Amino acid sequence: MAEPSELLTAGADVLVAGGGNAALCAAINAARAGARVLVVEAAPKFYRGGNTRHTRNLRCAHDEGNEVLTGPYPEEEFWDDLMRVTGGETDEELARFTIAQSKELWDYMNEQGVRFQPSLGGTLSLGRTNAFFLGGGRAMINALYRTAEALGVRVVYEAEVVDVEIEDGFFLSATVSHGGTRHRIAAKALVAAAGGFEANIEWLTEAWGPEAKNFLIRGTPYNRGSMLRLLLDRGVRPIGDPKQCHAVAIDARAPKFDGGISTRLDCVVFGIVVNRAAERFYDEGEDFWPKRYAIWGRLVAAQPEQIAYAIIDRTSIDKFMPSVFPPIEAASIEELAGRLELDPAALRHTVESFNAAVRPGSFDPAALDDCRTEGLAPEKTHWARPIAEPPFYAYPLRPGITFTYLGVRVNRRAQIVMDDGKPSANMFAAGEIMAGNVLGKGYLAGIGMTIGAVFGRIAGREAGHHVRN
Amino acid sequence: MFATEDHAEADRLMRICNACRYCEGLCAVFPAMELRRTFLDGDLNYLANLCHQCGACYFDCQYAPPHEFAVNVPQTLSKVRAGSYRAYVWPQAFAPMFEKNGLAVALAAALGVAAFLFGFMAWSDPGVMFSAQHGEGAFYRIMPHAAMAWLFGLAFLYAIVALTMGFRAFWKDIGASGEAVGGGSLWQAVKDAGRLRYLDGGGVGCMNEDERPTDRRRHYHHATFYGFLLCFASTCSATLAHYLFGWEAPYAWYSVPVVLGFVGGCGLVVGPLGLFAAKTRRDPAMADTGRYGMDVAFLAMLFLLGVTGLLLLLLRATPAMGTLLAVHLGVVFAFFLTMPYGKFVHGLYRFGALVRHAMERRAGHSVGEAAG
Ligand SMILES: Cc1cc2nc3c(=O)[nH]c(=O)nc-3n(C[C@H](O)[C@H](O)[C@H](O)COP(=O)(O)OP(=O)(O)OC[C@H]3O[C@@H](n4cnc5c(N)ncnc54)[C@H](O)[C@@H]3O)c2cc1C
Ligand code: SF4
Ligand code: SF4
Repeated sequence: MAEPSELLTAGADVLVAGGGNAALCAAINAARAGARVLVVEAAPKFYRGGNTRHTRNLRCAHDEGNEVLTGPYPEEEFWDDLMRVTGGETDEELARFTIAQSKELWDYMNEQGVRFQPSLGGTLSLGRTNAFFLGGGRAMINALYRTAEALGVRVVYEAEVVDVEIEDGFFLSATVSHGGTRHRIAAKALVAAAGGFEANIEWLTEAWGPEAKNFLIRGTPYNRGSMLRLLLDRGVRPIGDPKQCHAVAIDARAPKFDGGISTRLDCVVFGIVVNRAAERFYDEGEDFWPKRYAIWGRLVAAQPEQIAYAIIDRTSIDKFMPSVFPPIEAASIEELAGRLELDPAALRHTVESFNAAVRPGSFDPAALDDCRTEGLAPEKTHWARPIAEPPFYAYPLRPGITFTYLGVRVNRRAQIVMDDGKPSANMFAAGEIMAGNVLGKGYLAGIGMTIGAVFGRIAGREAGHHVRN
Repeated sequence: MFATEDHAEADRLMRICNACRYCEGLCAVFPAMELRRTFLDGDLNYLANLCHQCGACYFDCQYAPPHEFAVNVPQTLSKVRAGSYRAYVWPQAFAPMFEKNGLAVALAAALGVAAFLFGFMAWSDPGVMFSAQHGEGAFYRIMPHAAMAWLFGLAFLYAIVALTMGFRAFWKDIGASGEAVGGGSLWQAVKDAGRLRYLDGGGVGCMNEDERPTDRRRHYHHATFYGFLLCFASTCSATLAHYLFGWEAPYAWYSVPVVLGFVGGCGLVVGPLGLFAAKTRRDPAMADTGRYGMDVAFLAMLFLLGVTGLLLLLLRATPAMGTLLAVHLGVVFAFFLTMPYGKFVHGLYRFGALVRHAMERRAGHSVGEAAG
């Protein structure tokens, strides 16, 4: 095995920036097309594959069910789902193309050694549309690395692209920083697959304002958007709104970065959510939680100090998926308020007026039931039951950013489009760094990996062809 | 609150895993965990014994060290498992026998018994002991069959009693006593144990030196386990031949006891060697290094059982037979005696855990719908 610095000076035909799903799909396909491929991943080996490490599934269209996917998911249905969540903010050509290509992903991933399993406990509603990785995203990305290395792809960790040299839309070289040394790497093609900028708090602050400093970042601390910024500064056409991101409400006790899936909280629909003033601010029972969790990040972000508290009682404590941090527990509402440093009288008032507004109904977590309040602002429209049985429990909530949508414009050959509208001949992009082309807003579970794999494969193939011609 | 620090750590990990669940498809541990929201010592001992230490969940975990959650399920469950052997041992006073000096104890016992037998036999009839013996009853001219049967029968009986008591304590602690064990669950567990279904990292093989899976450990374990069973069957068939038909050992090359013993003996030589080699190459991050002695002692005893048995078979017509017989019997005796106090118990508790898991699956339930 050669030293990383030797690998960096040896040069390559195709330079891949990033080390996640999109980067590895590109590296594998470029190597299959006959190119010498070098992957530079900013993170250390354990953290390779940034947010891909945290994923659990990918969405793919298919005409028939199989041993894992429980039924057909036709392209049209995928398209309808995408239209629903984006409200039409998508590039129709690229979106339809992505969906059509997603049909190949099941076989493709299996060929690369990725293994699947039926949907995880608690996610049955995704069993038909999403293929779950056996062992999760890290198992998946480990498989891609094994395949890539077997194909001769060379990988250097802790190697960040810090500069790129572009002339008239043509990539000449990249500067890679590794172990304190800067290496200039001239390659015949570049694949930018270095994720979004969600871990860059300063950039988030630029877009969101000072609230952003209270956001938690669910994924890797290494997705700081340095590649994206370089490209945008060197004449690449942007796509998407810097303020758009996938933000969910997660446990406020989660680590600042990299808390991943286990910090999610699914208790909101079973109780009430209050802010620092101990006041409710949104209908907790508007819809099933998997359909609503992604709006709660923004809702909490809009509250003072970007924090809120979900409050439930004994009757609901075992109704949702267990979460990683234990609930804050108290024998009375006042005591609970004390623990949360909220005004006890205010919290008591909020709980009491909520309890008084609850109409009788038959509670059914599996349906949009008839348990609701009457005469409250805001109402709780489903699953409203009085919070009266001690012990009382609270979970603190903060906005958790999954990923950002601002990216680089691409065409269906995954070529990066320059400011003048012309596609670059030898620069390609895949994954989160270009997801905004397909996903202008909203989110569809599993589509991040779909976009990364579809465009990663194409970017790799196109880059490979480019260097051979 | 928990019996040991290892239990407290296992509880911490199971709470993280229960909120994550990505490893659900890898083995039985995670589905069993999902049936619970809180974990008592007994639950953790159950999960620990259900774990086959394949290592997949360590390499697949996004929270493995150096992540601040520092999730290392194989290592932690391995520690809890070793602790459970001590916790359930009968009599309790023998718990320290599981400690690091396992190999020394086992070897000392084997050598001691071998020396005793050697001395006993050589003293009672040196002429027979050091000359080649042939034909029916050749072994028993060196040591009378009745003495052999009594001695080993008693040692075996003791092992069975001690193992049963340990198992009862385990079964009670994991909350299974009092529940009806269906034939279906038992059969399921026999199949799962027989195939080592959960030593395959969810289908690709277990992880040993790095994240590249292999199936080596499973194959060597099969060689060991089935080798052991064949040797046991060989002994049983010989006992039957002796008492039912009055045929006396040594038996012919093509006889059932010899063929079983030969094939089994080979398994017991190859299997433990392979497992030991895999152990030395294993990524230490996954392992509980504190139990190395116990693990190695068990492998060594199995290997010695196989080697001495095979040598006895090969050299039984030479003057070395007497000495080899003493050594082989010494090893067998020591094996019986140390069975309840060494790694042997892992098979028992793991099988119990598999039965329990099969029972739970039949009555399974799950909670809620999660968001991404
Ligand atoms: C907790 C969580 C769960 C998720 N679950 C799912 C799911 O189940 N399904 C799904 O489809 N999506 C999921 N997503 C979204 C998904 O993770 C992303 O859409 C996807 O991983 C993006 O892949 P990528 O290859 O573009 O980026 P990443 O996998 O994030 O890889 C980008 C890599 O680029 C590296 N990098 C950054 N800058 C540079 C630089 N300048 N030079 C070199 N390297 C650089 C980073 O270190 C990083 O490893 C989840 C996200 C999170 C946070
Ligand atoms: S071992 Fe890691 S990836 Fe697997 S379930 Fe536990 S926390 Fe999740
Ligand atoms: S080491 Fe293997 S058997 Fe043990 S819990 Fe992890 S995946 Fe399951």
